[in-house]
Amino acid sequence: MATRFKPDETFRDDFRYGNSETAILRFPFPFGEDAYMYGVNMEPHTRPGSAGVFAVGFDVDEHYVAECAERAKVLALEPGRCLVLPHMREAEWDTLELIMESLAADYPDQFTLERDGLDWTWTNRPLGIHHTFRFGDATTLPHPPFEYIVRQAQGDFTLQDQRDGTLYIDGGVATVPADWSLAFDVGMTFHEWHGPVPLAHQAGVFDRALQYLMRVRYGHPARRLNWTMTINPRLDTSPENYPLWGPDRASLTAETIGDRLFLRVELQSFFRLPRSNALLFGIRTYLASLNELTRVPKWGRRLHRVMRDLHPDIAEYKGLTRYRELLVAYLAQFDDGAPTAPGITPDCAALSD
Amino acid sequence: MMDNHTLTLVVADAALIAPGLRRVHLRAADGARLPPAAPGAHITLSLPGADGARPLRNSYTLVSADPEHGYELIVRRADRSRGGSRHIHEALAPGDVIDATVPHNLFALHSQAKKHLLIGGGIGITPLLAFVARLRETGAPFELHQIASADEIGVFAALLAPRAGEQVHIHGGRTSLDLPALLAAQPLGTHVYTCGPAGLMDHVEAAAAGLGWPSSHVHREDFGAAGGEPFVLRLAASDIEIAVAGDQTMLEAIEAAGIDTPSLCRGGACGVCILPVRQGEPEHRDHFLSEAERAQGCHVMPCVSRSRSALLVLDI
Ligand code: FES
Repeated sequence: MATRFKPDETFRDDFRYGNSETAILRFPFPFGEDAYMYGVNMEPHTRPGSAGVFAVGFDVDEHYVAECAERAKVLALEPGRCLVLPHMREAEWDTLELIMESLAADYPDQFTLERDGLDWTWTNRPLGIHHTFRFGDATTLPHPPFEYIVRQAQGDFTLQDQRDGTLYIDGGVATVPADWSLAFDVGMTFHEWHGPVPLAHQAGVFDRALQYLMRVRYGHPARRLNWTMTINPRLDTSPENYPLWGPDRASLTAETIGDRLFLRVELQSFFRLPRSNALLFGIRTYLASLNELTRVPKWGRRLHRVMRDLHPDIAEYKGLTRYRELLVAYLAQFDDGAPTAPGITPDCAALSD
Repeated sequence: MMDNHTLTLVVADAALIAPGLRRVHLRAADGARLPPAAPGAHITLSLPGADGARPLRNSYTLVSADPEHGYELIVRRADRSRGGSRHIHEALAPGDVIDATVPHNLFALHSQAKKHLLIGGGIGITPLLAFVARLRETGAPFELHQIASADEIGVFAALLAPRAGEQVHIHGGRTSLDLPALLAAQPLGTHVYTCGPAGLMDHVEAAAAGLGWPSSHVHREDFGAAGGEPFVLRLAASDIEIAVAGDQTMLEAIEAAGIDTPSLCRGGACGVCILPVRQGEPEHRDHFLSEAERAQGCHVMPCVSRSRSALLVLDI
C-alpha cells in the first residue's frame, strides 16, 4: 500500500500532528510485558519474517516529508546540530551509501539509486530531489555526505568509531533528541555518554551492550527500543531548548493529558559500516498520544500497569515524576484487570474508538 | 543487500605468482556489486573438503576489495593443508563458484594513531598490502617491515614493488630485524600491527609490552572465533540428539531440529537463551554469565557458546 505523506504536519508552534489508523497499528509499542526494567534488549534487525517498522533498515512512514522539513528548519537555526569529526569522513560516505541502498531497495517507487562506477544518480521522489554526484567527492554534493543523506531520513543518527575496546561517538545529527546534546556528547566513550542513566550500570547492562555492539557485523544490523514521554508532538526536545519545552510538564490537566501527552519511542538501530568499520546508530523517534495508543485495548491496559509500577528512579530520569499521578489516574480507565498476552503486537485488527 | 549473509562468488582469475603463492580474483557470480570492505577485513570461503569430506571454511584477508572489480586474495599453499589451500592451489579455476561470508573486520587501522608501524611475516603480508594502499591514500605516516625467508625475498619485493618507497623494508629471516630496537625508536602515539606466524605476533606483543606500550596500541590479525569443532548435543528431557556443525551455532542447530527455544540478541548479551547443562563441558563465549557462573558449568548460552567435550547434555 502506497504511503500517503502528510507534508503539512508540524512538530512545534501549532503542533499539527496525528497518526492514521495504519500508523497506530504499526507503532513500535515498547512494552512486551506489564512491567518495565532496563535490560539488554538488543536483537537482530530486519530478520526475514519481521513485519512493520522492523522489516526494513530505515522505515519511511506517513510523517517522512514533514519530518525532513522539521530537520531542515532546525539545521537552518542551529547548523551545529549536525557535527562529524574529520577522521569520520569515510563513515560519512558509508552512511550515504547504506541509506541510499536501503531506501532504493525497500521503496523502489519512491527512491532510485543508479550507479555507474563512481558516478551516482539519486532520485528521492517524496522530496523532489534528483541529483548526480561523484561518490567520494564531497564537492559534488550541496552538503557534506552525512548531512546530505540524513536530511533525507527520519530520526537522529550518530557515528561511532570503534577503538581502544570501546565506541567513541565521533559524529552525528541530533535535531530530534530526547533531551541529549550531540555537541556535549561528541568525542565521548560509550560509558561516558550513558553516564546519567540510573540502575542500568549496576546491572552490567552497558558492559554487555557494548560487547554486543562492538561485534555487530556488516550485513547483520541490530536494534532495540527505548522510550520516554513528551508533552505535545515536539520532536526537538534538546537540552539547549529546555526553556521552550520544560515548562510544558506543568501544564497537563486531566482534560488535556490524553491528547497532549505522547509516548515517545526510539527505534535504535545499529549498522556496521564497511569502509570505515565504524558503527552507525539510527535513533528513530515515533510519537503517539495516549488517546491514540489506548485505542488498542492491550496497550491501554499495559500502559497503565507499567506506569503505575515504574521504579521511581526511572520515572525521574525520564522526566515523568511531575505528572505521573495524573497519568496513572488517567490510564486507569483503560485497565479492566484482564490479562494481557506477552509481546508488543497490538493483537487486534481494528482500533476501538 | 543488507542482510545477505552469504555471497556467491565466481573465480575471475587465479594465477600462481610464486612457488606456493596463488593470487585469486573473485567477483559476484551474478555480476552485481559486492560489499565494500575496509583494509584488514577478511572473508570466509566454503571450500570442498578432501575426497568429498565436509566443506572446509577458511578465512582469507582481502588484499583489495572493490564493489565493482571484486575481491583479491593471495593464498599460500599450507604444508599440512586439510584441503582448503590445497584445493585453491590444485583445483580452483576461473569460472568456479564459491560461497563466502560478507567481509568482516577484526584488524582495523586505528583512527587516532600518530604513526602506523606494520610488521609482517611471510604470507602475513596480505592485510599489510591493503593497509599500505590506504595509508598512502590518506598520507598518514607509516613504516612497513616485512620478514621473508631468504629464498622468498624476491617474491615479497615484487609484491611490494608497486608500493615501494623509503617506508617499506624487507628483511631476510626473523633474526635480521631487531624488534625491540625498532619499537623503541617509534614516536609516542605509534600503533603497531602485526600479521604472520603466531610466534612472530607473540614476539611483537611481548616486545611492545616490555617497552611499556599500552596494549590498545598493539594489533594482531584476528579472524575471530566464529564456529569451531562440531559436537553432539543431547536434549535430556526430550531425548533427542542433535549434531552441531562447525559453522552452526548450538541455537541454530536446536532450531533446525524443530525445537522452539527462546532467544533475543543472538549475540551472547541478553541472557534470554540460557539453558541448563547436565553433562559435558561448555566453551563459554558469551558476555552474560559471570566468571563464577561459568565455573559452575550449570548453564550455557547456546546463541554463541559451544562445547569442549564431544557431547554436551542439556536439561531440556
Ligand atoms: S540470545 Fe541473547 S544471550 Fe543468547
